Amino acid sequence: MAAETKAPASGPAPASAAAIDEPAWVRRLLIAVGLVFIGLFLVLPLVAVFVEALSNGIGAYLAALRPPDALAAIRLTLLVAAIAVPCNLIFGVVAAWAIAKFEFTGRSLLITFIDLPFSVSPVISGLVYVLLFGAHGWFGPWLVANNVQIIFAVPGIVLATIFVTFPFVARELIPLMQEQGTEEEEAALSLGANGWQTFWRVTLPNIKWGLLYGVLLSNARAMGEFGAVSVVSGHIRGLTNTMPLHVEILYNEYNFVGAFAVASLLALLALVTLVLKSLLEWRFGHELAASRH
Amino acid sequence: MFARFLPRRAPSVLPGFGPALGFALAYLSIIVLMPLAALVLRPAELGFSGFIAVVTQPRVLAALRLSFGASLIATSVNAVFGLIVAWVLVRYNFPGKRIVDALVDLPFALPTAVAGVALTALYAPNGWIGRILHPLGIEVAFTPIGVVVALVFIGLPFVVRTVQPVLQDLDREVEEAAASLGASRWQTIVRVILPAILPALLTGFALALARGVGEYGSVIFIAGNMPLVSEIAPLLIVIKLEQYDYAGAAAVGVAMLSISFVMLLVLNLLQRWHRGR
Repeated sequence: MAAETKAPASGPAPASAAAIDEPAWVRRLLIAVGLVFIGLFLVLPLVAVFVEALSNGIGAYLAALRPPDALAAIRLTLLVAAIAVPCNLIFGVVAAWAIAKFEFTGRSLLITFIDLPFSVSPVISGLVYVLLFGAHGWFGPWLVANNVQIIFAVPGIVLATIFVTFPFVARELIPLMQEQGTEEEEAALSLGANGWQTFWRVTLPNIKWGLLYGVLLSNARAMGEFGAVSVVSGHIRGLTNTMPLHVEILYNEYNFVGAFAVASLLALLALVTLVLKSLLEWRFGHELAASRH
Repeated sequence: MFARFLPRRAPSVLPGFGPALGFALAYLSIIVLMPLAALVLRPAELGFSGFIAVVTQPRVLAALRLSFGASLIATSVNAVFGLIVAWVLVRYNFPGKRIVDALVDLPFALPTAVAGVALTALYAPNGWIGRILHPLGIEVAFTPIGVVVALVFIGLPFVVRTVQPVLQDLDREVEEAAASLGASRWQTIVRVILPAILPALLTGFALALARGVGEYGSVIFIAGNMPLVSEIAPLLIVIKLEQYDYAGAAAVGVAMLSISFVMLLVLNLLQRWHRGR
């Protein structure tokens, strides 16, 4: 085989497998470079989180997760995700229904608008709500007069989280529902099903794995968002601190075991997300959108 | 004869278009469009000269330069190594390939603050990597190099995930044809494969670049945040907000978005030019 790797310099040569493969040493070198890069930039930071968290033993690790502030941060993170993800789930399904199943002018503009939050810095995602609802924002004076607090309170955190996770479900469902077309729904309607029956019994079963995929990604982002939430939270311990913000506070107080203990929970969440996402891709890849971008 | 006067497609018989579109537009307007309008309109109270005065403050200029410069360097690093990773994942077989493939998405899934504290722990002078680099006189943590390292972490999946599917769909018969016409493997790669994946690489480059410019969580821990040296533009927005300088914060935000927009436009035009050739 090795002798064949060099194609004759002149004249057409029969295309052998070796002629379109790199020499073995090049292959090994490229694999090694790729693996070292992944190891250095992706695996090592992940390992560091757990090693640092457990550096004083498992007892110190568990103790670091028990203070009321840490528990409050965990509760708030779960609460925010439990509100933000369903909101965007409903929006994603409704928007995908309108965009994928009907033709109308301005459709691609609408898709561009839906993608907007992904191209905006997380800090700006938080900033825009301060400009609206902050003390000096558009609606600030009215909110103060009516004793409604959005910024530096839970509603602001929820809004910022909804903003950063806005496109996930919609951009997963739109191409998927476009691929599936409208024939099945039309058949159901002509057989006498009403609109809701058609949606629940025909459309939803067809998109369930894609939906789950979108929910998985938006949940991971919702629980892990830092920049946007940091701007609107006000960092009030035990009240408006989510888990990522709590990591920052503990870290800045040089409480490294505590910071990395909370961080390790978030890293576990990321790992679970990756495993479930890979399972979905391997098991139901054909039922996910092929043209996902 | 009359077919051409009929609509291209019969109007859909599916129900719910009106309410669905109405709800989607209302939700989009409240959550995304109105807040972004507030961002764009807010600097107006400064006036044009006031806006220019804010974004040309030395501290703001330095922050913008760092955010865009570091992102450009990190994305270039990712363009090279991301291409290698994508190539290796598509073309070669090795043990643990599926796990490595899944791991590429880690930066999408790992909260940025976690990445930030982990990278800082690694690259601090007493960290696993910092301990090796420190004696060599290379400081990564708390310098602009640290910003680049964090952005390399954040940007990698964008390049890999846009190049990978294109590489997968590449017809190997074209390579065989090139080889049978006497092209060396190197010539085939440079003249046949690279042009085919260049548009995807540019897209990945643009996505990673845009993400890197706005990145906050993973950077602020490792950067050290020294004004004029290692202070990124998003942090400056946070600082201005803390001083209740809403218009100034919005001005920096608008400047960031405008520069990003121009850069993406240029990359887009490059892509079109490449496709049109």
